[in-house]
Amino acid sequence: MFHLLWLVPAFPVVSAALLMLFGRRLGDRMAAFLGCGSIGLSAVVSILIAWRFLAAPPPGAALTEHLWTWMSVAGFSPGISLYLDALSLIFMLVVAFVSFFIHVYSVEYMRGDEGFSRFFAYMNLFVASMMLLVLGDNLLLLYLGWEGVGLCSYLLIGFWYTDPKNGLAAQKAFIVTRVGDTAMALGLFLLYQQLGTLTIQPLMHAAQLAWPHGSVYATAAGLLLLGGACGKSAQLPLQTWLPDAMAGPTPTSALIHAATMVTAGVYLIARTHVLFALAPTAQFAVAVVGAATLIAAGFAALTQDDIKRILAYSTVSQIGYMFLGLGVGAWTAAIFHFMTHAFFKALLFLASGMVITSMHHEQNIFKMGGLRKHLRLAYWAFVIGGCSLAGLPLVTAGFYSKGLILWGTLSSPVGSTTLWIFGTIGVFMTSLYTFRLIFITFHGECHHPPSHKTGWLMGVPVIVLSVLSIVGGFVELPAYLGNHPWFTNFLQSALPATVEGPHPALGELGSEALVVLTFFVGLWAAWFFFLKRRDLATALSAKGLGRALHHWWYTDWGMDWLYDRLFVRPVGWFSNTNKTDAVDLIYTGAAAATRTGWRALSLTETGRVRWYATALVLGAVIFIFLGALL
Amino acid sequence: MLLAGILFALGMIGLLARRNLLFILMSIEVMLNAAGLAFVSAGARWGQADGQVMFLFILAVAAAEVAVGLALLLRLYHRFQSLDTDSASEMRG
Repeated sequence: MFHLLWLVPAFPVVSAALLMLFGRRLGDRMAAFLGCGSIGLSAVVSILIAWRFLAAPPPGAALTEHLWTWMSVAGFSPGISLYLDALSLIFMLVVAFVSFFIHVYSVEYMRGDEGFSRFFAYMNLFVASMMLLVLGDNLLLLYLGWEGVGLCSYLLIGFWYTDPKNGLAAQKAFIVTRVGDTAMALGLFLLYQQLGTLTIQPLMHAAQLAWPHGSVYATAAGLLLLGGACGKSAQLPLQTWLPDAMAGPTPTSALIHAATMVTAGVYLIARTHVLFALAPTAQFAVAVVGAATLIAAGFAALTQDDIKRILAYSTVSQIGYMFLGLGVGAWTAAIFHFMTHAFFKALLFLASGMVITSMHHEQNIFKMGGLRKHLRLAYWAFVIGGCSLAGLPLVTAGFYSKGLILWGTLSSPVGSTTLWIFGTIGVFMTSLYTFRLIFITFHGECHHPPSHKTGWLMGVPVIVLSVLSIVGGFVELPAYLGNHPWFTNFLQSALPATVEGPHPALGELGSEALVVLTFFVGLWAAWFFFLKRRDLATALSAKGLGRALHHWWYTDWGMDWLYDRLFVRPVGWFSNTNKTDAVDLIYTGAAAATRTGWRALSLTETGRVRWYATALVLGAVIFIFLGALL
Repeated sequence: MLLAGILFALGMIGLLARRNLLFILMSIEVMLNAAGLAFVSAGARWGQADGQVMFLFILAVAAAEVAVGLALLLRLYHRFQSLDTDSASEMRG
């Protein structure tokens, strides 16, 4: 069964190639069938493999499928080989499932679009790259998938390319992530130069042998990989591209910019966890980046008025939680949160897609309102997804995963109370902005009733993801609820256990109780400010300090402004002043010399045959003389 | 050999001095024959057949050249109503 592993990325890549080559000639029905079918087959194969993996685990709970050798140069021979262990299995399953449902959803969402088959080609290529990313057994193959998903992200953000704004957003995403990718490439160079291999498992082993705890190399490599992860996962300070990436079609935002691609950074850090365990500084940096991002993005999300931008900032914030979990050594908690986040964030995006479609592509939440009665399915999807996102206790998936991360933050010897407080403030912010979104969009007066209902192709994925957003959390029940950490036990073969330090005075139940309390305070605040006394919130943000803060947060803490001043303008100024630079002079000089030569020679072309004959004779005489003389 | 040299020089002067295309062609013929004469006399001088073989080649080439040259001449006459080569100097660089 395991030898079928290569089919998982192969199906989407073949279908992407077919869709790209034959595109429109296939017709929309065929394109949809091909696009969804390939992902469906991938998902089926994933399930079979997962079932087999659970029933009869391979020796060491991991296996490598060597397909062929990519290249072999001077002792460096990375293979096209797939590596499957508990960690990549979880990622593979989640990616296959969520993308299958989002593909089905897109069939209706993108119906009638000019680039229907192009859309599915890009989406399939994305899934194939993502599978390569999570299944690659060496860092080079992982990097191939990493750049592949980046390319698809670029293509899909700029999908509606006739609007230059979308093209700019796509370029921004590509360039900003490139900053992180450069750091990651440098990290790979460092690892290869020092340890002589890029195959992940031997590499980790070699790192453990070669580098002492806290060595400079391990720290440098860890920080460089963290840079790559920050770029891809939109963490501080490279988070600015993700909100703009919402220019793409909504299914793209759901799949790439919420559920799967942006969590590639989490995967990378979890995959190289040995390296981070060797470098406490780098690991602490991961935690700090996560904590800072989750707070910053929470405040930014609170002030947005575009439904998709709110969700984008909440994605940034939730990935901040995952980074926090990774940073304090709660590895499994971070992966658990990745899984639940993939479910509820995809759900929220798909539901927002339903709202946007029925509102004629209006995305401003203040122009909506009172949609509860008209869009029942979208409303309930939003309530379930929002509760899961904010962590409604006991019944939602998000509660379990976030609780686990926060408990890890408090109890781990690497974690601290400060980080826990940051995380808890984040819970308050999450609950506040989530319910602000729900209350403003779905409650209150209805200004513009929606025009049409959405069909079952969009409905079914939303329902399935709603169910997953609820039951997805029950695979890991904490100690005070019967203690059934199935998920953690399963991942134990691939990731080290969460280390618990000296027991904090608060206790797990106490920590959870405080988090739950924070959640309800946020919910109450959202209800008070955005439903009961909306005038109060408007007044608060209308003048003085409130207005300044609102603007500051609305522009994402002025990050775009800062980068514009720091990088874009100086580079633009430099290239402007350096238009006629020294290097150019060589080429313009060559062109000028050629032109002068042409002028001089064209004078000799008189068009008179006798003139030519004379020149010929003269030339002959000169050469004969030369020949005679020399 | 002296005769050949004189003939060649005459042909060349004719080629350079004449304007009429017909005379230019005739000058070229003279030059070719001068070269042929040089070959033949050189062959006789050293007692080798190569010179005469070369002359046969030159004869064949000259015949081909005359055919092409006369065809060009006719076209030129049709186009410019004269055989003056300087009138056909439109193609300047």
